[in-house]
This record gives sequence, structure tokens and C-alpha cells, in this order.
Amino acid sequence: MYKYLLCWRYLRTRYIALASIVSVTLGVWTMIVVNSVMSGFAFEMKSRIHGILSDVIVESHNMNGFPDAEYHMEQINRVAGEYIAGMTPTVHVPAMLTFHYGGQMMTRQVTLIAIDPKTAGKASDLPSFLQHPVNRRLPSFELREGGYDTRDHQSGIESGDRDWMADAGWPYRRLRVEREQAFEFTRPQSTRVAPPELSVAEPSSAIEAAETATEAPADPFAVPKSEENVFNPLHEQHTGLILGIALSSVRDQDNKERFLLRPGDDVQLTFPNADSEMPKAVYNQFTIVDFYESKMSEYDSTFVFVPIEKLQTMRGMLDPVTGIRCVNSIQIRLKDERDGNLVRDKLRAAFPTEFYNISTWRDKQGPLLAAVQMETTILNIILFLIIAVAGFGILAIFFMIVVEKTRDIGILKALGASGRGIMGVFLAYGLSLGMVGAGSGLVIGLLFVIYINEIAGLLGRVTGREIFDPSIYYFYKIPTIIDPFTVAWIVCGAMAIAVLASVLPARRASRLHPVEALRYE
Amino acid sequence: MSDALHLASPSRVPRRRTAGPVAGGSPADVSEPSAASKPARLESVRLSKSYRKGRVTIPVLRGVDMQVRDGEFLAIIGQSGSGKSTLLHLLGTLDAPDEGEVRCDGQRIDNLPAAKRDQLRNQRIGMIFQFYHLLPEFSALENVLSPLMIASGAWRYFRSRRAHLTKAKELLELVGLGHRLKHKPRELSGGEMQRAAIARALVAGPDVLLADEPTGNLDRSTGQEILKILRTLNRQQGLTIVMVTHDLAIAEQADRVVRLVEGQVQQA
Repeated sequence: MYKYLLCWRYLRTRYIALASIVSVTLGVWTMIVVNSVMSGFAFEMKSRIHGILSDVIVESHNMNGFPDAEYHMEQINRVAGEYIAGMTPTVHVPAMLTFHYGGQMMTRQVTLIAIDPKTAGKASDLPSFLQHPVNRRLPSFELREGGYDTRDHQSGIESGDRDWMADAGWPYRRLRVEREQAFEFTRPQSTRVAPPELSVAEPSSAIEAAETATEAPADPFAVPKSEENVFNPLHEQHTGLILGIALSSVRDQDNKERFLLRPGDDVQLTFPNADSEMPKAVYNQFTIVDFYESKMSEYDSTFVFVPIEKLQTMRGMLDPVTGIRCVNSIQIRLKDERDGNLVRDKLRAAFPTEFYNISTWRDKQGPLLAAVQMETTILNIILFLIIAVAGFGILAIFFMIVVEKTRDIGILKALGASGRGIMGVFLAYGLSLGMVGAGSGLVIGLLFVIYINEIAGLLGRVTGREIFDPSIYYFYKIPTIIDPFTVAWIVCGAMAIAVLASVLPARRASRLHPVEALRYE
Repeated sequence: MSDALHLASPSRVPRRRTAGPVAGGSPADVSEPSAASKPARLESVRLSKSYRKGRVTIPVLRGVDMQVRDGEFLAIIGQSGSGKSTLLHLLGTLDAPDEGEVRCDGQRIDNLPAAKRDQLRNQRIGMIFQFYHLLPEFSALENVLSPLMIASGAWRYFRSRRAHLTKAKELLELVGLGHRLKHKPRELSGGEMQRAAIARALVAGPDVLLADEPTGNLDRSTGQEILKILRTLNRQQGLTIVMVTHDLAIAEQADRVVRLVEGQVQQA
């Protein structure tokens, strides 16, 4: 009993000891914050990567792919049908995006992904990243009359309004084309540059012929209208294209996003055709019909989506006789993501690896996820060392307290307290210091995590420098996940260190000779 | 039981056991007031103790033989350095002798295991010191309660805390400190601290009170008051007291005086 009373009194009267546990508090606090933020980041990243990539991907090694996606999907179904929730064929091609803005030609390197709008939603979360609410239900490559989100539907109010999206779609396109046409009349016709004739390996379809014959009207200064042109941009669109949102913007000096493109604008894509002997670059006009915003800046700044059938035709990925089309990957979504490795191994057994590369999304993004994991581990080690350093502080201060309390220890022994009991006083004192330190660290840490965005905002206002720049991560809020198990571990670890640090002084106290302790002045 | 603690009561300080861990082997009836036929309450047999200072060994006690009878107020007097405090520590099992024995009720106690000695000090021997040795973190009342806290675990103490509190308050009343229960030692005067120390020494109902220069740090009149309390406890409750002092005037108020000269008893 005296142990608890005495250690309670010590706790309340020895402020120097409380000072020594401030570092425990700080360590626990930072560990909780770091772990919550890191796991929040990891979770967001995982769910985003996973949402973008499907669970299992069957790819061809070469860019021109394998023919007959239906046949392959049947085979896949035969091998692992019971695990599969949905499949969609895609074509991935590197490409160059070109558009005109303010008289300049802008060029971006992109990954062109041809998707089947009907099945794309079954194999990935792609539709949910689009900006038009109808497209989110079923993606379409038709330009909409309007109704694009003016606010980021994945974030809260903090993200701010995107006013330029209000008239996106046909209203913007009509306005733009009318302005361009009005401007064209005032310009001499001689500036017109004829586009080079396309050389496409396969015979083009009628639509394509019409498209390729048309010039890019995106540049208001360079492209005039010719009377015989059958394509009227006022009422018609090119092949639809969904653009990664980061491709449509640039950052100005204030690090604010400035949008150069919006749905209704036309862009040009240049990509290799499927000629296996001598691939040539072909280009086509496309009309932006929507933006893709996955919040993974890597994807948002490289991905461009087009309808698969159009691209297959443009690239010549079809057999001229049978009309069988080629794809270069099949995206598979599983009923349960955890079966990924199992399905992958089954498919690997069924499809020859000379021709097919079969991987799960984790295989694809493994290094990234592993890097996050690694960072968390290293940070934890460093922060735990901080608490360990605090342990040595406690050790030193405890020795001082034992020396200071030598006489009291003698008194207690004279009153019949055992060495074990005296040891208990100091161990209990160490534990209660640890509890106070870890407890306050826990409370501060949890509050900090809960209000982390408010704190970041406040710090940003005070220092005049944005602490968490959403543009870097494409998160508008700092994502956090508080894992009770981790928090419990941190708190227990900190308390254990405090107790361990008090073992040596406590042993010393318990071994003091009562007579010498009483004589001590 | 608590009635017994009042000075007015003629009964003795209550014994909590008749067969404690120490007295366990001895069938001698300790509750019997007449002490003549019993072994001495405390006894030292050829006690020797020396301290080592570097390479020099300084003998402090050289074969001390003495008895403390039950209900006796014994004063041990000697010059400083004569080993009287050491003798008291040995009697109270705070220290172990180099040679010789300490006996309590005929039972050897100096070689008991540590846990038994702790229990003995806690329950059968009360001690007061020249510098009071109260715990500065505790109030007067808590200081008095501390032997009881040491004796029992938190749960047991908690269950009987009312009885303990009553007892501690009564003892503080007894030594005239009933009005300063909540005061910390630093808020008390020397005399008051020594009163609290006496109350603390008595709270577990010990057989013997060992007093190490109880008046040594007090002025004469306050010292006399403390001595009066000890005297009264001895007279009215039959408490056995061993008091160490260097002051003959103080020692003469005891029943018997043992003079310690150079580590040996010199019968007066």
C-alpha cells in the first residue's frame, strides 16, 4: 500500500522526473502520428493503385498483343472462372499527346490505354474516377451536353470549386468553335499547313478516314476551315478520349493549377501502328470527353483512355481477312482480392509464359508498397530510439532520486519494509512515470491525428507556407488511419522502457543498508 | 482494543499476536504481565560489531551483554562513539552483529531470514530517532499509518482502513498531536515531529520501543515533554522502552541505566 501512496506522492512532487518523461511523451506522440499518417497513406495508395489496376493482369510481351480477346477470356474463365468477378480487354500503347494552347504546341508523353467502355467498370474502378456523374455509372466516349462536376467528388469542400468545368462539354465546344471560326475569317488562308497523309498499315474504316482527313482544330491560330470538310466541329466530335486530369493542367508560379484543356477540346495523339516490320507513327484527332482523376499523380499525369475498337482500327490491330482483333492485355477483377496469387499461378500454369506475362496488382506495384512499408519501419525504429534515449534520462534521474531519498529508504526499512517492497516503490514509480508520459503522448498523438488537417492548415497560415500541398500527393486531406493495435504496442513499449530504466536504480535502492541509509545526511 | 490505547486505561499496549513468527517456537506466554520468571524481552549476548574504514577495522561493540526486561524503561548512556546507537540498531535487527546474539523473548533474532526480520521490525519493535525520520511526502497521519501500510497489501489495507485510521488518530491524540493530522513534517516543529514518530512507532502495537536519542535534537522543555510521554507509556501501558542517550539527566529518568564505555557495558 505504502508503495502506491509513496509513488503517487513522488509523482506529484518530483517535477524533474516529469521533465524526464517529456521525451517519452514526444516519442509516443510522434510515433502515433507517423504510424497513423503512414498507414493512412499506404492504405490510400493501395486502394487507389488497386482501384486503377485490376487484381490480375494477363499481358502479352509485345505491344501488338494477341488476337481474339474473347477466346482468351473463355480460356481464363475455364481455368479460374470461380474466382473471377469481371474481365475486360485493354490495349496499352505509349503515345504522345499534342495540343495547342495560346499559340504554342504542347506535348506530353502519355500511356494510351484503350478500354472497352462496356466492361471496363467490371475489372477496375476506372469509372469512379471520371468527372461526369453519368460516366461514373457507365463510361462513355460521347461528349456530354454538360453536367460535369464542378467540385471534386472524391474530396470534400476543401478542394475548392472547379468553375471552368461548369460549361464543359458541348456548350464549351460550340462556343470555342464559333470563336475560332469567327477569328479564322480575319486571317489569311495562306498560313494553313496541310497535314501529312497518314500511312496506316491496314485499310481504314470510313470513320477513321473522315477523321484522319480532318485537321486538328485545337489551335485557333493555325488551322482554318476548308469548305469541303465533312467534319463540322460545331456539331461533331472526334473519337472520344478520357484524359488524365494532370495532363490538362500546368502549374503557375503560385503553384496553382491552371487548366489548359477541358471536355470539349480537341487533342492529337501520336502512337506507333501495329506494323511488326517497320512500325510507323500514326496520329489521330480526339475530343476530350471527360477527365480521369485517380488522385495518384503518376497515373493522372500519364493515362489517356480511348475506346478499344477505335484504337485497334487506328493501329491496325486486326486481321484484314477474319476481322479478329488483337489486344495486349486482359484485366481481371477477382471476387476476393486475396485470391490474387492463386489465380495468377493457375493462369501461369495454363498460359505459356513465353507469350504471356501474368501478374497481380501487388506484383506490379510491389516496390512502391514495399518502399512505404520500409519507410514506416525505419521511422519507427528511429522514433523508438528516441523513447529509448528517454529511458536513459529516466535512469539518470532515478539514480538521483534514489540518492535523494536514501534516508527515506532507510526509514522504510526500519519500519519493516522489505527490499522487494522498496524496489517495488521505484518500479511502480517508473511505471507510473511511463504511464503518465505514454498516456499524455497517447492523448496528444490521437488528438493530433484527429485534427491533423486543421493543424496543418493552422501551421500553414502561421508560417505562410503550405505544410501539406495537395498538389504533390493529390490528396486534399492528410489521410490517417489509427490502428489500435499499433497504438497499444507503442504505449506498452514506452511504458516498458520506463520500467526497464527504473530497474537499476530500484535495485540499488532495495540493497541500501538501512543503518547507512539512516545515517545518511 | 482501541480503548487500551488511552492513557487513562490501565491495560497494556495490545499484543496483536501471542505467537508471532519470532515467538512461534517459544511457548512462553507473552501476555502474562508478570515478567520475573520469563526470559528477558530483549537480550544481547556477547555482541560484537566493528566497522571497516578503508583498511582499518574499528571495533564499536566488544561483547555487550545486557537484558531488557518486560515493561522496563531502560536507558543506555554513553559518550558519542561508544557504540550505543549501533547497539540499538543491532537490537532492532537493522544491522547484523559480527559475533554474539540478539534474543527476543529467548528466541534468537539476529540471524533470522530477511523477511522475518522485516516483519519483526514492522510488528514487534517500534523505533524513534534523534532526527525523527518522518517521510517528508506523507502527512503526520500517513506517517503514523505507514507501518500498517507496510504490513499489509493494498487490498487488505483498504479493507481495514477505517480501523487503522481510528487507531492512528487515537495514537496521535495520545501524543498530543490530534490537531495536526494533515500537516506535512516540514510544517511541524521538532517536538511535534517526535510525537508523530512515537505514534508511528506504536501503531503496530510493538513489544519494545527503541529510542535513539529521542530528545537529542530538542530543547530541554520539549525534550522533557517527549520524555514524559515515554514515561507515561511505560507506566500506564507497560511498554518496554530502550532509550539511548548521552545525557545523564535524561537517562536518570529511566528505571535503569546501562552505561556503555568503549563498546562494553559498565554496570552503574
